[in-house]
Amino acid sequence: MAALRSFGARPLGLVLRYALLIAVALIFIFPIVFMVMSSLKPDQQLLTDTSSLRAFLPVGDISLDNYFAAFRRAPVGLFLFNSVLVTTVTVALSLFVCSLAAFSFTFLSWRGREVILAIIIATLIVPFETIAIPLLMVVNNLPWIGPEGLTMGWLNSYHVQIVPWIADGLTVFLFVQYFKDLPRDLIEAARIDGATSFQIYAQVIMPIAGPVLATAAILKFLAMYNQYLWPLMVTQSEQFRPVMIGLQYFFQLNIAWGEVMAYLSLITIPVLAFYLLLQRAFITSIASTGIKG
Amino acid sequence: MTVVSTSRPTALATSRISRSRLLDTPRAGWAMALPAFLLLTLFLIVPFVLAFVLSFTNQRLVSPNPTEFVGTSNFESLLGANILTLEPLRDEASGEVIRDDTGVPTYPPVRGFTRNNPDFPQYSGMRELFGWQMGDNRVVILARDVVFMRALGNTLLFVLIVAPGQGGLALLLALLINQKLKGVNVFRAIYFMPVVVSIVVVALLWRFIYDGQNGLLNSLLGLLTFGAFKPIDWLGQTGTALGSIIGMSIWQAVGFHMVIWLSGLQTIPISLYEAAHIDGANNWQKFRFVTWPGLRNTAVLVLIVITMQAFALFAQVNVMTDGGPLDATTTIVLQAVERGYVKQDIAGGSAVSVVLFLMVLTISLVQRYLTREKY
Repeated sequence: MAALRSFGARPLGLVLRYALLIAVALIFIFPIVFMVMSSLKPDQQLLTDTSSLRAFLPVGDISLDNYFAAFRRAPVGLFLFNSVLVTTVTVALSLFVCSLAAFSFTFLSWRGREVILAIIIATLIVPFETIAIPLLMVVNNLPWIGPEGLTMGWLNSYHVQIVPWIADGLTVFLFVQYFKDLPRDLIEAARIDGATSFQIYAQVIMPIAGPVLATAAILKFLAMYNQYLWPLMVTQSEQFRPVMIGLQYFFQLNIAWGEVMAYLSLITIPVLAFYLLLQRAFITSIASTGIKG
Repeated sequence: MTVVSTSRPTALATSRISRSRLLDTPRAGWAMALPAFLLLTLFLIVPFVLAFVLSFTNQRLVSPNPTEFVGTSNFESLLGANILTLEPLRDEASGEVIRDDTGVPTYPPVRGFTRNNPDFPQYSGMRELFGWQMGDNRVVILARDVVFMRALGNTLLFVLIVAPGQGGLALLLALLINQKLKGVNVFRAIYFMPVVVSIVVVALLWRFIYDGQNGLLNSLLGLLTFGAFKPIDWLGQTGTALGSIIGMSIWQAVGFHMVIWLSGLQTIPISLYEAAHIDGANNWQKFRFVTWPGLRNTAVLVLIVITMQAFALFAQVNVMTDGGPLDATTTIVLQAVERGYVKQDIAGGSAVSVVLFLMVLTISLVQRYLTREKY
């Protein structure tokens, strides 16, 4: 901005700046273009096209055959269903549980509040990867009551992919940051009217929490849909696998690259579409995590 | 809840408002924070503590033997290292150093010290990590767990390159995007795009870029050099594999940090730039004395976030090379998963995790210290 503004008035500077912006954009976009174009080509052509610009163009023998073949090779619909189910349920529960806790930390006074909040914020510096192995042991020894009655061990289920991810420090932190700046008068007024804490949460605070709900939902959605290590460890049976783990079906002896590209496109395009539709919200979400640091 | 707590003595508070604030809060407060706190305890704090406890035992996922406390032996077998100085072999009659055809002295084999040698119990079971020449002597660094040492080295190298590389490039992109130009938001959206794509998908796509025969990168370099460039199997050679993964990783997440820098840039008041302009500052001076000081907190945040993410390097390696070739790309997390999950050696995996956590913690603290406010 200001650093570059001084020569902005000259037309040559303008052209150069757009040229630079476009060149950088190509660097970020080309693998995705390559993926979509390749998903339309037969294997042989796909592999020879990589030696020229044809790799990025819809030329030659174009068809949707790879997509049909991908559906024949693996239960793609099931994997997509699993991912969408696990992601949406986790996001919904996470927003509820974390905002409820953040409401309590911000607006209610009770003993131990500061300590508990500090512990929750401190969990942010524990990378998931460092607790993955003991967490596996924990869930392997937990009971669950489901349609089949009481069972031990959570492996191979939906809940093993959902419950451990409901509460997280970052989401609580985002809500606390947002709630802090809300006017206190709102709460006081509702109190005088005799509302309970939960009523204030549900009827006063949440209706005006739209921006932070969007931020938290987007961050959680991205993290959940793209999860890899955890589902890799806990879903050995096909029935519960999400899309990222479903990829393994395409890496058997003879890799059919066209089908791989079709599958990658299938699991990526919905997220990209969602992103492009809401890109302003996505980017503000990330930015808002950084402001207070 | 309201009914119960109205009778509490705290209701003695003077004003009507402050009394009403305390109506049902102690219980409701606990109750509302409890679900999140319980879940975090069970699925984060307990595993975290368990990792420390288990790393001192011989726990396996399924084992016929009872779990035993084994002290620090897991850490000793992970981190054990020693230095061995080898003297060159000498001719028994003359005492001359025996040299090979190229004039390099010959040495007794390392395994003579590390295998069943009662004179050197401290070297027992170790293997050579690397060595160098010192005069006529050869100094050899021995490690009990050579693969883990590689993982440690690779991860540190990754962090050391990605943290400044990604942070710096992200700042350049943020400065590029932070111009008053029509359509600049479109470019911001494009630069950010790889962030929303799964790292697994990205890693698979980049296998095509790095492919040894007709990979996109080889084709591009061939085109630029008019065919003079000899194709390289980027992921298949020990010299280029880690670098290739570093390049891809920077590309994937640089947009994320660009957005964080951008939010930092937008907190710098325009009036500061105007003042600098009046003082006759050039673009570099404006950056050096206005922009950069204003980005101080953002810089700390970006650096810490990148470092934490970089230490957790796993998915892209798992997809692209699975640690190969010859452990050239193996990482700490890959080793933790390999031991704790694939081999079901929970204790060994936990020990690796503890080492990783201590490294992340140390580096975060050091970074915070080095970038602290200096007033």
